[in-house]
Amino acid sequence: MRPNIHVKSKVAVVGAGLTLFRRRMLETPRELAWEAASMALESAGLTLKDIDCVVIGTAPDAFDGVHLNGEYLADGAGGINRPTVRVYVGGGTGVFVPIAAWWHVASGLCRTVLAVAEEKMSPGHPHPQGVFAYIWDPVLERPLGPNLIWIFALEMRRYMHKCGARKEDIALVSVKNKANALGHPAAQAAARITVEDVLNSEVLVWPVNRLDISPVSDGAAALVLASENEARRITDSPVWVEGVGFTLDNTHWYNRELGYPRYVQYAARMAYKMAGIERPWREIDVAEPYDPFDYKELHHIEGLMLARPCEAPKLLKEGHFNRDGDLPTSPSGGLLGVGNPIAAAGVMKVAELFWQLRYEAGARQVKKPVHRGVAQAWGDLMQAGTVIVLGN
Amino acid sequence: MSGGAERRLPGHYLKAREMYSLPGLVEYRPVARYLFSAGQAQSRFLDGLKEGRILGKRCPRCGRVYVPPRSYCEYCMAPTSDWVELPGTGEVHTAVVSYISTFRERMEKPEIVAVIKLDAPGYTEGGYEFAGLFHKLCNIEPEDVMSGRAIGMRVKPRWRPPEERKGDVNDIECFEPIES
Repeated sequence: MRPNIHVKSKVAVVGAGLTLFRRRMLETPRELAWEAASMALESAGLTLKDIDCVVIGTAPDAFDGVHLNGEYLADGAGGINRPTVRVYVGGGTGVFVPIAAWWHVASGLCRTVLAVAEEKMSPGHPHPQGVFAYIWDPVLERPLGPNLIWIFALEMRRYMHKCGARKEDIALVSVKNKANALGHPAAQAAARITVEDVLNSEVLVWPVNRLDISPVSDGAAALVLASENEARRITDSPVWVEGVGFTLDNTHWYNRELGYPRYVQYAARMAYKMAGIERPWREIDVAEPYDPFDYKELHHIEGLMLARPCEAPKLLKEGHFNRDGDLPTSPSGGLLGVGNPIAAAGVMKVAELFWQLRYEAGARQVKKPVHRGVAQAWGDLMQAGTVIVLGN
Repeated sequence: MSGGAERRLPGHYLKAREMYSLPGLVEYRPVARYLFSAGQAQSRFLDGLKEGRILGKRCPRCGRVYVPPRSYCEYCMAPTSDWVELPGTGEVHTAVVSYISTFRERMEKPEIVAVIKLDAPGYTEGGYEFAGLFHKLCNIEPEDVMSGRAIGMRVKPRWRPPEERKGDVNDIECFEPIES
């Protein structure tokens, strides 16, 4: 970290835990939170007594179907009788959780933080898609009867037009990520598929087919973050948080160029500046860009400045982003392969960087030596960017 | 857990059939009814739609004309000032063909939905921000969307007959290509 920001302490990730990601889990949301949180503590060799503060992340309350969802999850997340907050920026929440945990520690307020994210999408039935109906502007958008996939499709279509990308170029992301997920123990949608499989799957909103999208998932993920002193006591291989960034644009998503996520770039610039990174396309070794849809990974690779605008599809085809490529992206398998329990999926991406940077990712370990990684999430009405840079 | 690679992760998942026969399964349908006011700026905008006009509101500091209108400029934090009537014409920024409803039911006849970039003063050509609306397209075939012909196409609003207008976004039935 560069001295362009004043912190009381450097902050490290020292533990991580996950549940299975699946549709229709038996466990309640708080039971899932407890499973992931206790695994994260155990992996750091800590107990709840060692934790000063708790940060909880979960996306719209309507998925779990419980208002006050942060409070509801607090006991399972280890949060009772200690400073506990819930943070929320829609799909961007997952990466926002470790960002919030970072400032709890960097400020000197807490020495250790348990950061827990949970989502159950399956209670909304017959399909959770209907729950998204309540995120739209009640006056200008709801009367049109929108579907969330519409806006992703609109953005994908714009990206295709602006960059001359074809559906088959974009489908390669789904092929790559679902194959990467074959080595992931939480994976829900790991598979060896082909571009043809994606193109032949059900067309939902052209240009989006079913296999362009991540599945409906339940699951939880957790991290333990600690101050420098604590981290060095806990482990010989802490993974440092070198930079964080987050920005929000307005909800008027139809008043901006949809071919490029400017707000993601702003968040990335903030994080890179803190980390002292000037040329991210060379200085980042491994990336976990947010991939709820396949085109989003390309969109975000460009927003994160890991490729020039419109260059990502070409680099993808050349194998640049493969696990054995120059800049592996979503080596975990991402949301497309591992699954998308919204907030938990972002934390899963940060956990993947943690394992990659400790060379503990087993079959998923990228081929090249790794020193620095970036994870990113995105959300709300195509307006939120959250970015974290980790280093070993 | 070395990379989460060896250990079996916690959690039990259910098939749809198993889920529906779970003991203690509770079905719940929230009942919540709302009356939303459209606010200062949008109420006037909706009145304009009733009259067959698309109105924007200008920021006196930066000159942006907001459609949909805001009472304040998001960038300057200044109150917006005068109302500007736009011609209503514009171009298709992006468009897609939807085969599913809000609740993901399959639709018999696909709908074409789009982002319309409206002709409005106060923005730089090719800039990141623009005045625009989210709406449906008609008189355009799905093939036009797929081939890309629809993108950048010049369009205008097709208004509902005055007696059918209610002061909401559906007073515009859709946007349709300008005959050339």
